[in-house]
Amino acid sequence: MIHCVLHDPEDSVAVVVVEGVKAGTTLTGLVLDEDRTITLPCIQDIPIGHKVALKDMAVGDTVIKYGIDIGKVVQPIAKGQHAHVHNIKTKRW
Amino acid sequence: MQKTFWGYRRENGRVGVRNHVIILPVDDLSNAAAEAVAHNIKGTIAIPHPYGRLQFGADLELHFRTLIGTGCNPNVAAVVVIGIEDQWTKKVVDGIATTGKPVAGFGIELHGDHDTIMRASKAAREFLQSASEKHREQCELPELWVSTKCGESDTTSGCGANPTVGDAFDKLYASGCTLVFGETTELTGGEQIVAARCRDDKVRADFMRVFDRYQEVVNRHKTSDLSDSQPTKGNIAGGLTTIEEKALGNIQKIGKKCVVDGVLDKAEMPTSPGLWFMDSSSAAAEMVTLCAASGFAVHFFPTGQGNVIGNPILPVIKICANPRTVRTMSEHVDVDTSGLLQREITMSEAGDKLLDMMFRTANGRLTAAEALGHREFVLTRLYESA
Repeated sequence: MIHCVLHDPEDSVAVVVVEGVKAGTTLTGLVLDEDRTITLPCIQDIPIGHKVALKDMAVGDTVIKYGIDIGKVVQPIAKGQHAHVHNIKTKRW
Repeated sequence: MQKTFWGYRRENGRVGVRNHVIILPVDDLSNAAAEAVAHNIKGTIAIPHPYGRLQFGADLELHFRTLIGTGCNPNVAAVVVIGIEDQWTKKVVDGIATTGKPVAGFGIELHGDHDTIMRASKAAREFLQSASEKHREQCELPELWVSTKCGESDTTSGCGANPTVGDAFDKLYASGCTLVFGETTELTGGEQIVAARCRDDKVRADFMRVFDRYQEVVNRHKTSDLSDSQPTKGNIAGGLTTIEEKALGNIQKIGKKCVVDGVLDKAEMPTSPGLWFMDSSSAAAEMVTLCAASGFAVHFFPTGQGNVIGNPILPVIKICANPRTVRTMSEHVDVDTSGLLQREITMSEAGDKLLDMMFRTANGRLTAAEALGHREFVLTRLYESA
């Protein structure tokens, strides 16, 4: 089963695409543009559609998805953690 | 891919996929009469709305352009226009009459609702019976105009439903169809990608001018930032975090190959085949209403969390790749592409699945939104009334 997908191999977050992902699961991630899979740890429960961090990130780091800047880190994020509005914010507006 | 579909050829040569007779109020005051006529004459559709009084300048022009464009849409066989007075009613009637289709206008003043409803009902009955004798004919694929706008997006939109539309748009573009996308503020963070896809420097300059203008509107009216509105609460619940992330997902709808050939104002009609960008709101019903007013005959609407939108005259095909939404809201989903996320189907197969549904819809199959009676018609306003 594919648990999460990422658009670009350089992305720092992936999207969980199944329901019920629990902390402790080893996730299988599909790299969409390359049609290959990776594995990564999951250290928090993550709802379907929400993002999992693919690497450790510090406050001020740029978050990459689609290979492009989607915002900045505002709370430290560990690999395998839930990445969303509580630790990422827009750089616009 | 099929090369033809079965459509209704109108007096001006445009091809529609529906055969509606609509009862179109010019203003809020005429909604009651319009709805009474649609109640009297079964099979006609009233399109009530809350505006049309004391508007002025560009806002009034947009009002007329949207109403006239709705009447001119090739999915419409004939139109009964009702307004509180004769002059603005006549302006809408004259605009629709340029297509050559049957249209009649009725002003309420000096007559009252009863007499107006009676006379308008007689016209509506004649139009409906005449329309019922129109036959579908085989039409060429490039005669089909297809619009897109996504809604209640989540992260599965960007990796599933939107690129499905993108794959279909790439194929339709290569076939010579007329296509449109919009949602100006929802390109924020990805505007450089759209700019790079513009045909030439003039189109790029036109695009950046409308993009920057909309950013200026946001900056002028925002309180802290737009994080309470863009992404929406539904987007955030679905996992979208920032406007940049939402925009990059949104842009998947224009595929990988289409070129942006021109920029349209709201409810403005394209003048040639190709992919057009329409400067528009990102609110679903506003944008879809503008697409219908620009003459588009079929709409692709990808959703993640499950937007339920329809339109009175434009069939809205819903595409969803979120397996939870497909399970919990199946009655709203026309095309399920959730298999993309489990590598069960390829992107090209997903695009073909959507195109198959497009042909079936064009040939007469009712969309989920049509079957459920969704007829959202929302006029875009630019500023306060006088």
